Amino acid sequence: MSILDSAKQAMMGAIVRLTPDAPPDPLIGRHGAVGSQLSRIDGPLKVAGKARFAAEVPYDDLLFAAVLFSRVARGRITSLDTSGAKAAPGVALVMTYQNAPRMGAPKIMGESPMAGGPSNLPVMQDDRIHWNGQPVAVVLAETQEQADYAKSLIRIAYEVEPAITSFEAAKAHAHPPESVLGEPPALETGDAEAALAEAAFRVDNLYRTPRHNHNAIELHAVTVVWDDGSLTIHDASQMVHQTAWTIADMFGIGEDKVRVISPFVGGGFGGKCMWYHQVLAAAASKLAERPVRLVLSREGVFRSVGGRTCTEQRVALGAKADGTLAALIHTGVVAMTTHNSCPEQFSFPARHLYAADAIKLAQEVADMDMLANTFMRAPGESVGTFALESAIDELAIAMNIDPIELRRRCEPEKDPTSGAEFSSRHIIEAYRRGGERFGWHRRNPVPRSTRDGEWLIGHGVATATYPYYRMPGAGARITLSADGHALVQIATHEMGMGTATVQVQHAADRLGLPIHQVSFEYGDTTLPMGTIAGGSNQTASVVAAVRAASDALFDELLRLAGNSSPLAGLKADELEARDGGLVSMQDPTRAENYAAILKRAGRDELAIEASAPPPIEVQKYSMHSYGAQFCEVRVNETTGETRVSRFVGSFDTGRILNPKTAASQFRGGIIMGLGLALTEETMFDERTGRIMNPSLAEYHVPVHLDVPHIEVIWNDIPDPHSPLGLHGIGEIGITGVGAAVANAIFNATGKRIRELPITLDKLL
Amino acid sequence: MIELRYEKAVDPASAMQLHGGRGTARYLGGGTNLVDLMREEIEQPGLVVDVTGLSGDIRETDGGGLLIGAGVKNTALAEHRAVRARYPLLSRAILSGASGQIRNMATVGGNILQRTRCYYFYDDAARCNKRSPESGCDAIDGFNRIHAVLGTSPACVATHPSDMCVALVALDAVVHLQGASGARAIPLTDLHRLPDGHPEIETVLEPGELITAIEIPNLPFAARSTYRKVRDRASYAFALVSVAAALDVEHGIVRDARIGLGGVATKPWRARAAERAVVGKAATEANFRAAAEAELENASPLSGNGFKIELAKRTIVHTLGELA
Repeated sequence: MSILDSAKQAMMGAIVRLTPDAPPDPLIGRHGAVGSQLSRIDGPLKVAGKARFAAEVPYDDLLFAAVLFSRVARGRITSLDTSGAKAAPGVALVMTYQNAPRMGAPKIMGESPMAGGPSNLPVMQDDRIHWNGQPVAVVLAETQEQADYAKSLIRIAYEVEPAITSFEAAKAHAHPPESVLGEPPALETGDAEAALAEAAFRVDNLYRTPRHNHNAIELHAVTVVWDDGSLTIHDASQMVHQTAWTIADMFGIGEDKVRVISPFVGGGFGGKCMWYHQVLAAAASKLAERPVRLVLSREGVFRSVGGRTCTEQRVALGAKADGTLAALIHTGVVAMTTHNSCPEQFSFPARHLYAADAIKLAQEVADMDMLANTFMRAPGESVGTFALESAIDELAIAMNIDPIELRRRCEPEKDPTSGAEFSSRHIIEAYRRGGERFGWHRRNPVPRSTRDGEWLIGHGVATATYPYYRMPGAGARITLSADGHALVQIATHEMGMGTATVQVQHAADRLGLPIHQVSFEYGDTTLPMGTIAGGSNQTASVVAAVRAASDALFDELLRLAGNSSPLAGLKADELEARDGGLVSMQDPTRAENYAAILKRAGRDELAIEASAPPPIEVQKYSMHSYGAQFCEVRVNETTGETRVSRFVGSFDTGRILNPKTAASQFRGGIIMGLGLALTEETMFDERTGRIMNPSLAEYHVPVHLDVPHIEVIWNDIPDPHSPLGLHGIGEIGITGVGAAVANAIFNATGKRIRELPITLDKLL
Repeated sequence: MIELRYEKAVDPASAMQLHGGRGTARYLGGGTNLVDLMREEIEQPGLVVDVTGLSGDIRETDGGGLLIGAGVKNTALAEHRAVRARYPLLSRAILSGASGQIRNMATVGGNILQRTRCYYFYDDAARCNKRSPESGCDAIDGFNRIHAVLGTSPACVATHPSDMCVALVALDAVVHLQGASGARAIPLTDLHRLPDGHPEIETVLEPGELITAIEIPNLPFAARSTYRKVRDRASYAFALVSVAAALDVEHGIVRDARIGLGGVATKPWRARAAERAVVGKAATEANFRAAAEAELENASPLSGNGFKIELAKRTIVHTLGELA
């Protein structure tokens, strides 16, 4: 960030803080559909197999694609022999850089407001190889089997160039990234190193986390078709508009010429943004002049869809005798590339969690020749909390105080780095409730003191945290019909977390309608633009947009109602929506339902579109979600095997909109956290830059037997500054889990493991 | 397309005739490994001869053992009453492998002939002497945490992944074979070869020779036996170390012992050195430890799998301790 930008940002910050708060959302205190345990409205469709995913969209003259990936990390293609593949039965096209249509390089996320490219490397435009696994050829054939076979006949020779595929070697040239998601990569208040050196108690250690890969059960898939210069992409997407814009930009066509449709996504987690397969399918379809389906193999997902990068983090804590922090240092380096910008914001938790006299935070990136890394459930916070929350536990042990008590003593009054007020922070309450449920007071703090035969039992705890985000630019359209039915439309995303369900609940309350009179359409770029499903922002952003549309709708209804309505003379802020119409809050006898208003106005329907106001709340307040993760492990004294036997997650995430879908989100995050803690690791062979375990057999996600009963509870205290009082909850569940497990393992065994995953060999 | 002919054999003779000893022919059991390898283009047979219709029986032998047809499904073998009562280590070994669905498909013959899970064997961008003779081995200096410490050679360090075979070698199982030159029976311990200079040759089977059955001899003390599998997650992972053991203890003295090891060796490993060390001795932890030390004495660790030596010793000691 330039000095000018910093100054501008500081000034904007000052202006924002002086801006008065928007009045709290009137629905915050209301009990209606929101808060109820509505079952997922897409459930019956999915159970019946009627939910049509991207790889299932039929076209008569469909061609099937197979993708060939490079086997070297860096160099160039010196010869290409596709003659065998072209001559193979059923083959319609073999596309390589030699015949691919000319396309501009993708613009990467952050480069412009609508850009969504994973990296800025050109896609199949030249002979250059940038990572081991880069797509180098696409075969189209009448059947998938024919395409796969023809692919095996392609012969490619490479001139191999030296590549940086060793993290150690790359670290020698580590440097700060330009920014870390808009935040400065380094922050320092006071002289943290000096404060650390003088502190009464100190811990200062390195923590390492490995690469992870996305393994959503639905493989990345698209079905694409060109029609008269317009492109339709049936995608599995968590960012339809950005994908459409970026691909349109690459092809040099208007953004209205690309439509992305994605009604169902079989798991996203940050992996279902824009990657290469959408572009390759579109390019090949353009050449072949036929619709194309491209489904990546599981190996293909590993080779061409990025994952979480590896990190090496230093956390140093210096405490005074009273248990408050004199120094907090969290620095480190992650692997990245020169062609993307995704610096895994591991230092974010330390920016907001603890009060300390002096704080030093710094992130660096080490450039490697590898597939662009990307977002994966709580990027940064998931691995950052492993380091920070392990260190807090280590400090508590060094000081011989309870780790929850240590956290209580370090609880800040204001955001420790920005100085902003917290909008809603009830972390101590989450600890209290969680501790009660878990039985924390019964825990023996002495390591190796609890056992059951050959199993050592341990208990650990760690803080979960994730920011509240609301992204700008979301708009929504509400169409009210004369029969009192409302259709809400916004191009948002359903990756299985319950988006459509909670948005129906919200719209029903907002419009004063029963749930069955509300329908919700999403996942299509012909609808008003929502936001990406990322950063746990989607629910807040969509709710704000729908609220804006409903406010505009009420204004218009009042205007239509005219002077003969019982509502005549009332202003919108004097009304509430109830029982299918508008009612005066002062005088409930003054009411009129929507059907009557529309009928009198001679309208069959009324459609209104509006955009959410800018998310000024996030600039004014420090807005975060919190949680306390409690874990019980059993570690086999003979073999080092760790089994998680009990887990309680206690969350402080504003108001919960639907306990059923929320519990599932929290649990899913915790389960993914167990994988992060104990089993998941991408085996990146540093000799070749090649991933050696690209399969679910060898990349170990937790299986049923690894997952204990997981209890999740929440404070349910609304945030007065967010729409509906809500915080997004898709990501917080995974945060803190790595440390909770590691801390429990320490309590069980007396062994402190600072490198994930905690496999049994580390405990022998 | 790769021309693939599928034939279903009705008896051993027709199976062998269909196979014809051709290098491009493969016998097909449940397909849970072979078909995977075909999808990965590591195996590219021109002919598969389905032998799942053969010999699906388990019957008692005159000597008080069991004769198990090669076509018996893994699930059926694990659930068989006599197996559970008399050879619990075998039942437990099978149930600790794969998943219910896979065990329902997989056959005994196929389980014995399944191939390694070495990452470099599966990736044809890597060098692998087993997949492509004399090309070199990328595992020796690569990711070798799951690899062998016993029976390795400079050419290959890949483990045999079966759980079932570990129990079977401990039980002195005999493999019944039918080949062009007639029938023969050999100990299962002699079926798999050590890799030496030719890891691509994994067994002593002649071209076209067919496994027709496994025979487990009578071993009364195997009623006191177990299988302990140590792995990276609670289910659906291959063994890092496994121990199949049966122990005959009287008045605190080990009269006889059978020990097999999995996850640590290039073939299903019969721990004869450990057995020799413990038989005749008091059933004490110290003696079990000495036996384990004897077995692992010549183990050769790689960069990433040294832990398996200590883990194997501990698991042996613990498993024997449980049976003593």
